[in-house]
Amino acid sequence: MKYDVSCPLSYGEIVDHYFLEHRAKLIDIAAFLDRLERASDGTPAHEDFRVTALRDALALLSDGQGERAKRVLAHLSDDREALSETAAGTKGALGAAPESSK
Amino acid sequence: MNYIEPHGHMVSRTTADYEQMALAGCVAISEPAFWAGFDRDSVRGFYDYFRQLTEYEPARAKKFGIQHFCWICINPKEGDAPGFAREVIEIIPDFLQKPNVLGVGEIGLNKNTKNELIILEEQIDLAVKHNQLILVHTPHLEDKRKGTRIIMDALLSRGDVDPGRVLIDHVEEHTVAEVLDKGFWAGMTLYPETKCTSQRAADIIEMYGTERLWMNSACDWGISDPLAVPKARMELKRRGHSEAVIKTLTYDNPHTFLSQSPNFTLPA
Repeated sequence: MKYDVSCPLSYGEIVDHYFLEHRAKLIDIAAFLDRLERASDGTPAHEDFRVTALRDALALLSDGQGERAKRVLAHLSDDREALSETAAGTKGALGAAPESSK
Repeated sequence: MNYIEPHGHMVSRTTADYEQMALAGCVAISEPAFWAGFDRDSVRGFYDYFRQLTEYEPARAKKFGIQHFCWICINPKEGDAPGFAREVIEIIPDFLQKPNVLGVGEIGLNKNTKNELIILEEQIDLAVKHNQLILVHTPHLEDKRKGTRIIMDALLSRGDVDPGRVLIDHVEEHTVAEVLDKGFWAGMTLYPETKCTSQRAADIIEMYGTERLWMNSACDWGISDPLAVPKARMELKRRGHSEAVIKTLTYDNPHTFLSQSPNFTLPA
């Protein structure tokens, strides 16, 4: 399927409607990364895979290519083909794929 | 403008939520069977839950002029224990005869395990055998894309499932195209943190059109909003989408899909 319908808003209207909200979200990400550096037990030698995935995903936002949301979601997806027998002890989702899945 | 909430877990909501939804224009709710936030340890627990869906919630909704419909199944999280899940599946056929039941759902996968897949396949079989519609739950977050593909394979590889009678829910930007391309219906779940926001749902509609798509709030026991659908309608209106487009997405489309069940009837 292709992009069939454009957003009815003009470029300027999109900026006016949404800029402040997304400015705030951007600063939230920056503050989150700063907060990690202020952790009470210091920064670990090996960064949590979720944080690494988030840092890597940020690069997708400024690579000049479209479909950013789709590509960020794909980046955060677990691509491992094998299925485990059971979900015992792992029922929740983590939000990013373990490094072994890439 | 009236709307249909096609996926709302009302057992988790207060009666005041029913009132707010009615005030916002909700005329019908379809409620899939789901995980209650903990694993039940007896078939009797499911029996009582299915009674709640087929007897108590319709009466509670009726007080606010809302028609309540539901779906029956064992959800994928509890389906990870096949022996127990099969005991629950044995009691489902009796509930499929209830007048407000629309089909088998929300079945699917959670962590994409072999056990979950076995029970998914057995419940697809149950739905086919009883000529029921199917409502599919797709996994969360990192498990969604792979799980959605496995589920679609399980449905289509049989050769006897009409994708036009299956709604695959919780689609996002990385799954919606594959779901629609294979002929299934797709649902976008409006959640504040996971799944899809109103803005992203509007984006998806702009990119993929309105055919075979609906929006729902899910409104379960987690952080969720029973008024998410009317808020998404406001987002579409704010962007300049027509009343006709908004009606298509929030009334006509769910009405068309759900009407494939003879139990789904709304007053003219």
